Amino acid sequence: MTPEAQGNGQENGIVLTPAQQKSRRRRNIAIGLAVGFFVLLFYVVTIAKLGPGVLNRPL
Amino acid sequence: MTFISESNLTSASIAEPRDYIALLKPRVMSLVIFTAFAGMLIAPSHVNPIVGFASLLAIAVGAGASGALNMWYDADIDAIMKRTRTRPIPVGKVTAQEALAFGLTLSVLSVFTLGVVANWLAAGMLAFTIFFYVVIYTMWLKRSTPQNIVIGGAAGAFPPMVGYAAATGEIGLSSLVLFAIIFIWTPPHFWALALVKSEEYGRAGIPMMPNVKGASRTRLEILLYTLILAPIGVVPWLMGFASIVYGCLAIVLGAAMVAFAARVYHIRNGKGADRCAINLFAFSILYLFLLFAEIVVERLLPFAGGTLAWLIR
Repeated sequence: MTPEAQGNGQENGIVLTPAQQKSRRRRNIAIGLAVGFFVLLFYVVTIAKLGPGVLNRPL
Repeated sequence: MTFISESNLTSASIAEPRDYIALLKPRVMSLVIFTAFAGMLIAPSHVNPIVGFASLLAIAVGAGASGALNMWYDADIDAIMKRTRTRPIPVGKVTAQEALAFGLTLSVLSVFTLGVVANWLAAGMLAFTIFFYVVIYTMWLKRSTPQNIVIGGAAGAFPPMVGYAAATGEIGLSSLVLFAIIFIWTPPHFWALALVKSEEYGRAGIPMMPNVKGASRTRLEILLYTLILAPIGVVPWLMGFASIVYGCLAIVLGAAMVAFAARVYHIRNGKGADRCAINLFAFSILYLFLLFAEIVVERLLPFAGGTLAWLIR
């Protein structure tokens, strides 16, 4: 690493280009939405499979 | 500040979510959803709509995963063919390794989800479908025999059986009939395209029927398969799980399909020959779509009628 790079705070690596950062952000949002949807799907399916009886249990 | 390691400089991805969606072959997925839905609807047992929706989603994602694995393995020949050279791997948006990881992850997730949501028979059938498409068709048959799409067509024909199994937990005779329709439909559909694109397939080294056995033999086989397909298309009505409306539609569409195949058989030279092959290719899509759409519509109509009656009550 050059002293200039160290001086600029660029430690061990290179900076992502704006295009790379933008696409990574979009991928992250897509993954977040997919995981959220997956969780919601399993929640809804669980309720659907258990049926209304899920609320009718002794405490 | 954002860093990546220098050794991974070339793998800093610029892939967008849409590139990953393209890996799933959305058009194939929509066909899979459609046929699996038909398989689910012909099942004698009632399916909870939420469970049915989740099952269809799992089947669709499983189909998409096999598409991604297909693009991973076929990246070399996809780069050669005009029809496929704009796919995410040949254009450099997604690396082959990323497509492999994406496909494997979605395969496991889709099979697991279908098993938990529906049943493990359906999940096992989905796993087998993915295995059949990726390993048997893509890795083995596609590059080794002109019968590739005949046997490989089974992968595209399984979804109605998976849908039926998701709804019932068993393999019914009626779902086997839907399997047979798609299975016999596949060769004339793809060979019609292969007749026109034979040069491209040849350049990519894929042994399609026109390249290996010649155009004449392909035209004959297209006609023979279509002659088998037309009566099989009517079987759902004969077996009683589709109405007479379906029966009439299947007879008319089957006759038209045979007429298109006969034109491909007779008109062998010039631009007219190519046009006949393209016409058959296009009509074959309409044929399958209308048959399955009729099954879906006639099964959904009672629900729609019931909902309407409930609304205006």
